[in-house]
Amino acid sequence: MTTVAAPETAAPEREPASLEGSRVGDRLFKGLLTAAALAVPVLMGFLVYELYTGAKIAMVRYGLGFIWGSTWDPVAEQFGALPLIVGTLLSSFLALCIAVPLSLGVAIYLTEFAPRAVRQPVAFVIELLAAIPSVVYGLWGIFVLIPVLKKFVFPFLRDTLGFLPFFQGPIYGPSMLAASIILAIMIMPFIMSVSREVLLAVPGSQREAALALGATRWEAVTSAILPYARSGIIGAVILGLGRALGETMAVTMLIGNRNEISASLFAPGYTMAAVIANEFTEAVGDLHLASLAYVAFLLFAVTVIVNGGARLLIWRVGGQRAAGGRGA
Amino acid sequence: MNRRVLRRWVSNAMVGLMIAAVVTAVLPLLFILLDLLLKGAGSLSFDFFTRMPVPAGETGGGVAHAIVGTLIIVGIASLIGLPLGIGAGIFCAEYPGNRLATTTRFVADVMNGTPSIVVGVFAWALIVTRTKQFSALAGSCALAMLMVPMVMRTTEELVKLVPHSLREAALALGYSRWRTSLAIVLRTALPGIVTGSLLAVARVAGETAPLLFTALGSQFMNFNVTEPMAALPLTVFNYAIGPYEEWHQLAWATALVLILVVLVLSIAARLATRRRFGING
Repeated sequence: MTTVAAPETAAPEREPASLEGSRVGDRLFKGLLTAAALAVPVLMGFLVYELYTGAKIAMVRYGLGFIWGSTWDPVAEQFGALPLIVGTLLSSFLALCIAVPLSLGVAIYLTEFAPRAVRQPVAFVIELLAAIPSVVYGLWGIFVLIPVLKKFVFPFLRDTLGFLPFFQGPIYGPSMLAASIILAIMIMPFIMSVSREVLLAVPGSQREAALALGATRWEAVTSAILPYARSGIIGAVILGLGRALGETMAVTMLIGNRNEISASLFAPGYTMAAVIANEFTEAVGDLHLASLAYVAFLLFAVTVIVNGGARLLIWRVGGQRAAGGRGA
Repeated sequence: MNRRVLRRWVSNAMVGLMIAAVVTAVLPLLFILLDLLLKGAGSLSFDFFTRMPVPAGETGGGVAHAIVGTLIIVGIASLIGLPLGIGAGIFCAEYPGNRLATTTRFVADVMNGTPSIVVGVFAWALIVTRTKQFSALAGSCALAMLMVPMVMRTTEELVKLVPHSLREAALALGYSRWRTSLAIVLRTALPGIVTGSLLAVARVAGETAPLLFTALGSQFMNFNVTEPMAALPLTVFNYAIGPYEEWHQLAWATALVLILVVLVLSIAARLATRRRFGING
């Protein structure tokens, strides 16, 4: 359709190498693409640098002791991130405990057992869950989930499992457990869709061999399919963990934002992402700002490590396809 | 014999458990959508889309400022993020062995996993501290940075799917490489790239965390991108954590608008790809 006059008539008698390089259009095009590709690592470098310079005062002042310090007092200018780190790790861990069995169940059902007509629609609906903005989960959590938990679920847990230290003490609405439940709902679609891709990549011969040896369909799953997909599924789980660690809005709205480590899951907690969201705009002191940037730096470091591990595991099984941008 | 029955019974029981898992997984989505409709739809009116917020305690008022703000912020983010992401994606697909391509691919993966709040802190440090002012532009930059890796990965995968024979045919006909890339390869992959871009736009349109200390939010209609600006997700957040019942009503209605925008964009994107390529599932 384009009617651009192509200036390529002079080229044929030259050798292929110069044929590629000599054209202005080619050079310009490659230059533009290279600039775009270069921008990605450059931006990332900037990100690390800016986080580092922003956090420098706090890094110099506290060093790695920042990680073990448990006071976070902007008034007295005392900062330590331990309760935040514990809160982040604990809420993510609990979310995984809830989300992993559920999403694996869904993924296995959809790839192995579901009638063909059901597979696509259910997978589609669950992937839509991934599209719902975090702040909407938070809103729903505050006004629908928390009242339900407070009225039915938490008292029930206290009555039946109250002998455990995790389910004792007064019941607040916003709490570690509420935040973990909403996190679980949010990371489930990610774990499900990646592990579904990994399971789809398992060769059919694995399943057929197990069935031919007389295994029931469930035994075929546990003895042939899951072992084959194991490291890919672990990768999917870690990818979900990465999401959970960095999740901000819904957690900020549901966790209660209290800077304490407590054994009871009914008690409010705090996370690294939530403290940044809550205090950043109100921080006045330089040290307070730097400490928040330090928290951001730590959070970034943790997610890089976690995601890097996940990618390696997924690549080992499913090939690049499974690890690609499907999550979004 | 008995053992055989037991094994079959276990298998069936596990299938039952998995069906229960599917139901448990789908229920939250239904509840969220249902609650949004029940609690939000009542407050939707013509005024809601066209009017500005009223002072706390009064009923009525709308979110026109946030709708405009979201359009502007996400629009600018797309203008920055989409060309960068698509360009980087084409580069990685067209020069796959290149060392820069490998680096970019790896860094994009890291970027994709970076929490959006950290990107917000970055945009704050890079722009807000330098200009000494919260601005919509800083928010757009943060969102653009979130879009780049998403768009890049989809573009790369789709460009790679274009058959080599098409490329070779164009080159054999005397097309230069850039025209082959643009007119043949990119045009073939275009529907998929549009889908990827729409999904990325849908995702960042719902992002709140990176806007908290960049675009900041505002109670006024504002078209100046160097000043604080409202956005739908910020409005949902502020109204939701506020103390007034009227605000909570508005939060539900605003969330309904937000989720409609996001879901329509992502459903449209997915359906478009499925029909044309049949690879998205």
